[in-house]
Amino acid sequence: MSTDNQKKWPTAVFALGLICGSLSGIGHATASPNSTLLLAGGCNICHGPNGVSSGPATPTIAGLSGEYLLSTLEGFKSGEIPSTIMGRITRGYSSDELQALANHYSSRPFSASQQPYDPRLARQGAKLHNKYCEKCHTEGGSSAEEGTGRLAGQWRPWLIWALQDFRSGRRLAGRKMQQQLDKLYIRKGKRGLTALLHYYASQQP
Amino acid sequence: MAISRRKFITALGTASALSLGGAPLLALGASRQVVVIGGGIGGATAARQIRMIDPAIAVTLIEPKQHYHTCFMSNEVLSGRRKLASIRFDYTRLKELGIKVIHDKAANISPDSHKITTNNGTVLSYDRCILAPGIDFRWDQIEGFDAKTAQLFPHAWQAGQQTATLQAQLREMADGGTVIITAPAGSMRAAHAPYERASQIAHYLKQHKPRSRVLIFDAKTAFPQQALFLQAWQRLFGYGAHNSLIEWHGGTAHRLIKLDATTRTITTAAGELHRGDVLNIISPQRAGHIAAASGLTDESGWCPVDLRTFESTRHKGIHIIGDACIASPMQKLGSAANSQAKACANAVASLLNGREPAAAVFTDVAYSTIEEAYAFSTVGSYRLAKEGNRFTLVAGGASPIEASTEDLKREAAYARSWFNNLTKDTFG
Repeated sequence: MSTDNQKKWPTAVFALGLICGSLSGIGHATASPNSTLLLAGGCNICHGPNGVSSGPATPTIAGLSGEYLLSTLEGFKSGEIPSTIMGRITRGYSSDELQALANHYSSRPFSASQQPYDPRLARQGAKLHNKYCEKCHTEGGSSAEEGTGRLAGQWRPWLIWALQDFRSGRRLAGRKMQQQLDKLYIRKGKRGLTALLHYYASQQP
Repeated sequence: MAISRRKFITALGTASALSLGGAPLLALGASRQVVVIGGGIGGATAARQIRMIDPAIAVTLIEPKQHYHTCFMSNEVLSGRRKLASIRFDYTRLKELGIKVIHDKAANISPDSHKITTNNGTVLSYDRCILAPGIDFRWDQIEGFDAKTAQLFPHAWQAGQQTATLQAQLREMADGGTVIITAPAGSMRAAHAPYERASQIAHYLKQHKPRSRVLIFDAKTAFPQQALFLQAWQRLFGYGAHNSLIEWHGGTAHRLIKLDATTRTITTAAGELHRGDVLNIISPQRAGHIAAASGLTDESGWCPVDLRTFESTRHKGIHIIGDACIASPMQKLGSAANSQAKACANAVASLLNGREPAAAVFTDVAYSTIEEAYAFSTVGSYRLAKEGNRFTLVAGGASPIEASTEDLKREAAYARSWFNNLTKDTFG
C-alpha cells in the first residue's frame, strides 16, 4: 500500500504545483529536506518535537497517513474542516508546502500518548471498535494507511472534540463513517462513544 | 599576509554569495565553535538545533542560572492554577546532546578577536556567537524604581523569583485590596501579557478576595487582542460595571512616571496619584544589557540584524535572536524566539559548512489563558520579503471575537499543550 502511495506523490505534487503556483510575491521555500525541516519548525511549536505531542490535547501528527495529513491540512486551509487555530495558520502555506509537511510528518515515528483511561470502558470500547470501526480503521485503529486518521494512542480530548464535530455536522464525515457512527450511537448511546475513546487511549506501549 | 582560519570563515560567511562551496573550509579540519549566550527559549533552542543539524559543531552555552523559568504561563502561577516548579526547566537534556553548559555570566564580547569574557574571567573563542540575551529594563524611565526597588515591587517580566514574590504578595493581600499593574509604551516582551496577567489575577481575586480589584495604568492607548480581553472581562469579571474586578486606564496620561515606595503610591503623567496594596511595575524595556554593552543595539535599544541569518548588522560573526533583535512584525514572544533560533541555527550551521542558508518560514503563537476553560490565541506566519530586509506577515491573526464557548474551552486545553510542546521542543 505504501509503495502505491509513494508512486502517486510525484504526480500529485506536480499537479498541485501547477495549479497553485506561488501564493504571492513572497518567495516560498522549495521543499528540499533542509527547508522542509525549517517549515516543520513552526508546527513543532504546538505539536511537539518531530510532531509527537506531550498533550494534554493537541494531537500527535507524527506517523499519520500522508494522504490523511494533506487532506486535513487542505481542509483547514479552505475552512472545510473547523478549527480554532489551524485555519488561521495553514493559509500561510502553499499546497506544495503542505504536501512537503504531510510527507515529512508521515515519515516520523508515531508515539502513543501517555494518558489515563478507564480499563473497563476500554474493554467495552475494544468490542465496539471491532464491530463498527475496524473495517476502515484497521489494526485496532493504529494503522496509518490511505486517508484514515490514526486513532489508537491519540490524545483523548482531541478525539472527543473530533467526534463531537462529526456528530454535530460541524465537520463532515464520509457517508460510511457517518452511518457507522449513527448506528453506534443509536445502539449504545453516548456511553458507547466514550468507551470507544477509552479504548484508543488505552493503547499505550 | 596570513589570514587566520577564523577570519577566513567570517569572511566566507559574510560574503553571502558563497559560490566557493564548502570544500576548502572543511579541509581545514579543526572543530568549529559556536558559543550561545543566554539559556532562555532562543538560546536553548539554538544550541539544541545546531547539535541536531551538525553534531560536528562544538556548542557552548553560557547561562548564569541553573534553571530557566518561562514567562509564558507564569501568569497561571499568579492565580495559583499552576506551581512555579511547572514552569522551571534545566539544561540536563542539552548537556546530554553534548552541549557544554557554563553557568557564568558573559561580561563582554570582543567582536574583532571573536572572544567572550565571562564574569569569572573565562575567555571563550567562537567562530560564530549566538546572542539571546532577552530583555533588560530602562531603569531611568520611572523615578523611584530601580533594580533594587523591583525586588519589592516586582515586574515579574522575567519569571522565577519575581513571579514568586508577586504571587506571595497577592496571597498576603487582604480582601478589598487594590492591585496595580502598570504597562509601558513601546516595544516590549509579550505585549499581550499584561492583560493576560490582569485576567489571571482577577480570576484569583474572584475566588478568594472578591472585594478586591485590579487597576491597569497603561501608557498605550490600545493593546493587543483588546476586543477579546474586554469581552472576557465583561463576561467573567463585570468589566464596565462600578464593581468590576478589572479597570483599564490607557493613554499617555496614564503613563507611570514615579513610584513612592514608602506610601506604595504611583504618579501618572497626568499627575494623578494612586495607592496600591500590590504594585506590579512592568517598566519600559530594551535588549538585554550585554547587547548594548557590546555595541549591538541601535537608538531604539534593540538589535538590528540581517533577517536572513540574524547576524548583527553592527558586528559580523554575532547573531542575535529572540526578544533582543528587531524582527517586527514578529512579536517578542517565546515562540518567536524558538522559531528564530531554528532559522538562525540552520543559517549558522550552513555558514560554517560553506553553504548558503536556506530560506525559512517563521511562526509565532501565543495563548492567553483567562480561566480554567477560557483561552484565546494569536498566531502569525512570516516570510522574508523579497528585499530581504523585513518580514511580511503572510497569514495568522487572533481568535475570532465570536468564538464559541466550546472553542474557548478547546483553546484552553491547546494552550496547555502548546506550553508542554514548546518547552519540550526547546529544552528537550
